[in-house]
Amino acid sequence: MNFYAFSFCGAELLALGTGALFWPAERLLVVSDLHLGKSERMARRSRQLLPPYETRDTLARLDALIALHDPACVVCLGDSFDDLDAGHALPEAEVMTLSRLMAGRNWVWIEGNHDPGPLEFGGTHLSELTTGPLTFRHIAQEGARGEVSGHYHPKTSVPLRGRVVTRPSFLVSETRLILPAFGTYTGGLRSTDHALTSLMGPGAYAILTGPLPCAVPLRA
Amino acid sequence: MTQLPAPITQWFARKGWQVHPHQQAMLDARDAPASLLIAPTGGGKTMAGFLPTLAELHDAPRAGLHTLYVSPLKALAADIKRNLRAPVEEIGLDIRIEDRTGDTTYTQKRRQRADPPHILLTTPESLALLLTYEDAPRIFAGVQRIIVDEIHALAESKRGDQLMLALSRLQSLAPDLRRVGLSATVEDPQAIADFLACHPQPTQIIEADPGPDPDISMLETEEAPPWAGGGGKYAIPAVLEQVRAHNTTLIFHNTRAQAELFFHHLWLANEDPLPIGIHHGALAKEQRLKVEQAMVDGSLKAIVCTGSLDLGIDWGDVDLVIQIGAPKNVKRLVQRIGRANHRYNAPSKALLVPANRFEIVECKAALDAALAHDLDGDPRGPGPRDVLCQHILNCAAAGPFDAATLYGEITTAGPYAGLSLEKFEQCLDYCATGGYALRAYDKYQRLVQRGGKWQLRDPRAAAQIRMNLGTIIDTETLKVRLKARRGPGSGGTPLGEIEEGFASTLTQGDTFLIGGQIVKYEGLNEMTVQVTRSPSDKPRIATFMGTKFATSTQLSTRILSILQQDSWPDLPGHTAQWLQLQRERSKLPEPGRLLIESFPRDGRANTVIYGFAGRNAMQTLGLLLTQRMEAQGLHPLGFVATDYAVLIWGLEPLRDPTPLFDMSNLREGLETWLAGNAVMKRTFRNSAVIGALIDRMTRGARKSGRQATFSSDILYDTLRKYDPDHLMLDITREEAMKGLIDFGRVEEMVQRTQGRVDLIELDRVTPLAAPLFLEVGRVPVKGLAEERLLAEEAQRLFDDAKLPEQITAPKRWAVPY
Repeated sequence: MNFYAFSFCGAELLALGTGALFWPAERLLVVSDLHLGKSERMARRSRQLLPPYETRDTLARLDALIALHDPACVVCLGDSFDDLDAGHALPEAEVMTLSRLMAGRNWVWIEGNHDPGPLEFGGTHLSELTTGPLTFRHIAQEGARGEVSGHYHPKTSVPLRGRVVTRPSFLVSETRLILPAFGTYTGGLRSTDHALTSLMGPGAYAILTGPLPCAVPLRA
Repeated sequence: MTQLPAPITQWFARKGWQVHPHQQAMLDARDAPASLLIAPTGGGKTMAGFLPTLAELHDAPRAGLHTLYVSPLKALAADIKRNLRAPVEEIGLDIRIEDRTGDTTYTQKRRQRADPPHILLTTPESLALLLTYEDAPRIFAGVQRIIVDEIHALAESKRGDQLMLALSRLQSLAPDLRRVGLSATVEDPQAIADFLACHPQPTQIIEADPGPDPDISMLETEEAPPWAGGGGKYAIPAVLEQVRAHNTTLIFHNTRAQAELFFHHLWLANEDPLPIGIHHGALAKEQRLKVEQAMVDGSLKAIVCTGSLDLGIDWGDVDLVIQIGAPKNVKRLVQRIGRANHRYNAPSKALLVPANRFEIVECKAALDAALAHDLDGDPRGPGPRDVLCQHILNCAAAGPFDAATLYGEITTAGPYAGLSLEKFEQCLDYCATGGYALRAYDKYQRLVQRGGKWQLRDPRAAAQIRMNLGTIIDTETLKVRLKARRGPGSGGTPLGEIEEGFASTLTQGDTFLIGGQIVKYEGLNEMTVQVTRSPSDKPRIATFMGTKFATSTQLSTRILSILQQDSWPDLPGHTAQWLQLQRERSKLPEPGRLLIESFPRDGRANTVIYGFAGRNAMQTLGLLLTQRMEAQGLHPLGFVATDYAVLIWGLEPLRDPTPLFDMSNLREGLETWLAGNAVMKRTFRNSAVIGALIDRMTRGARKSGRQATFSSDILYDTLRKYDPDHLMLDITREEAMKGLIDFGRVEEMVQRTQGRVDLIELDRVTPLAAPLFLEVGRVPVKGLAEERLLAEEAQRLFDDAKLPEQITAPKRWAVPY
């Protein structure tokens, strides 16, 4: 397991190659935009029949992370379920896995735009959470400081001698941190998109996920 | 002999024309359930197709649709409309002729469905779309004839498979339908006949007089071609001289990138200056139309072009065709040559320009084959099942269907005549439920069975099916426009398009060639690449995927037999000497044996395998062999493949090649390697779009941002992990094997050489191997190479950016645990 260590607003954090964020001092693990139940929602809403294995896969990867870092607290940064109905329709086996992962630790569901309102799973439901210098919420807010958010699914491209490597990525500025999506069926928004560059401001950088996470300056 | 009606005979007489024998033969065969005309360009082929229609509508005037005409190009449909309306009016026939393509207006299309013309000119996609409407039975009830033009070109792609499925549907709606195919010269007319037939009924084949042999030769230049590369730049003075000496010259290239580069250099050398244009599929429509119009007006001396000019539109007085680079395929060469002297019974004139030393041998082989009428082509495999899945959904959009009846209908189509019931049922199950081992979608099935008939669960899905119809998958491209002088926005002159992959490697200030102009990248504005003109002299060349053809099997065989000659008096001196030197130092490759050379160079061990299996198969072989060599501890570092050989470099020399070519080892290696392969992912994406697993990506959807959509690679990986037997993976494997991976030719090579492997160990590079060291497209053997490059680049970017200290301060470290 490889990671990229960095300081953010006084907190020493690890950007994990899988797209999760770990805060060793607090034993806090953060994952964003799991979009559980996406294929079910697609079938229900748009008549597309995608391979129905993404929930199983997302949870299996989360399982491995939790086994490795043994966090005291897991924060799901919103859009954990693709919508409320997708939460209700989660198959038995996946509900069991989720319950097992949640057992014996603090579990915080931050509210997202895809899954507002309460969910039938345990854990704490919050619109945002503040721990020390950091505030966790789904969508970045104007003028925030020490904010950790998700929602945009950032991805960054780096040209390498004639080919381009594009990976989901963390975006970091002095005041905010945006996480990549952790869910298996998630796309990304280019970090050069206006929506992201205007949020991040000058001097920001991106941490590309992958076997050896690495940072590059954010191109406008 | 069937007589033409008097007004038509009189019209021929007024024009001073005679009915060609093959036109008469088509008239005589007009009651055949299917007939196929094979004729060279300029033989009055289209008229031969339409004459029976004109005669029938003269003898028995009627309302409603009588004849459908299908061509692969929208432009061809429009061209035929003009060319057919004139004689119909001159003869005085009351026949309505209209076209229907993607460009036809909505109102026009509505009217055509309510009141169809006598003759409708259309494309395979527009026809398939018409068949998905509920009123298709009424529109097509009385159709008598369907003419499929350029059927040889359609038969080479999935568009042809889709068209034949559409014809099987059409035949049920219009039982009297007779099929007519019009084809250029092909190697196996019977194969096209089987493709067109309504099985088990036969197709009658009519072959026109092929006309005189073409006047074809290799262009002689003062300068010898270079050792490697594909541009043909050395020949520019000689080409200009030829252009000057002829009325109009078509200069064909195998790829768009090469056409752009050649055109650029041609202009630099064009001092007179001769009016020369460029035409290829990635140029803006406005630019193409301008060139086409100039061509028709006769104001151009030459056009640099690619396959976009291959099909039968008549551009005027072309008297010379120049092919730059080895044609790779004799049939394509012959069809291209047919573009010169678009008059029946006049020999076409063509010149071949080998782009490098080895291509001299290739061009000689192609020239011999063309003169011997020895055309090549790979036999068509069974019809692809992704197209079948789409057809099943298209049928469901038109209304409820009975599975057994549909199966019966599908097996009348040539490409699917051998389709087993089991395979059909798998496809039907996939369309209905998604076909997953985990039966997750019982509630949301796409198709449900009600009263014994299959139908859409949600009728609104019909609109989505129509949106996704078709088998042409566009690579994702971005439009290129000149930046408007006044203000932002995308109002500048459109120049064409480039692939998104290439666009993402551009940074501000980079220059590249498009439409013969050098432009500078200024930025991206709403999916449009904005550029300005630039005088740079080192532009980059936009790359396009999938445009490289592999040398055909037949041509490779001919090349091998040329290499067996005792001497080469008919090749240029420099080339003959080169081959002689190879014979003295090492050996020349032989048809029934596999030559492998092993020699050190630059501190590395080099291995060259002369497989002669074509570029794609040699590339696959390179990947498989380096994998095996890695396992044997030979530490391969990389390889490069051409049509005839693969060069592998590494740390240890190869001593025992025999186990490498064991077929079961190769096949096993293939299975493992396919897992994460980019070719497979690309093939999967195409099949998943055609087979409606994922929706087509429209320009609008891309514009709205990518957050909601995700790459098909993720679906591929997920399926491999959780449902490896899924139908779509099976289809992907089948399609990749015959396409880019071309494993069939690797197998063929192994069978051809049957373990007769000659390993020659030398102390230095051989004459035949030398050009390989200059080839582009080197493939590094994968490992952590990409990660290392990425880390280096990241460091460099930070150093360049000189970011403030508190942000760059963190140091990256990686701990494996």
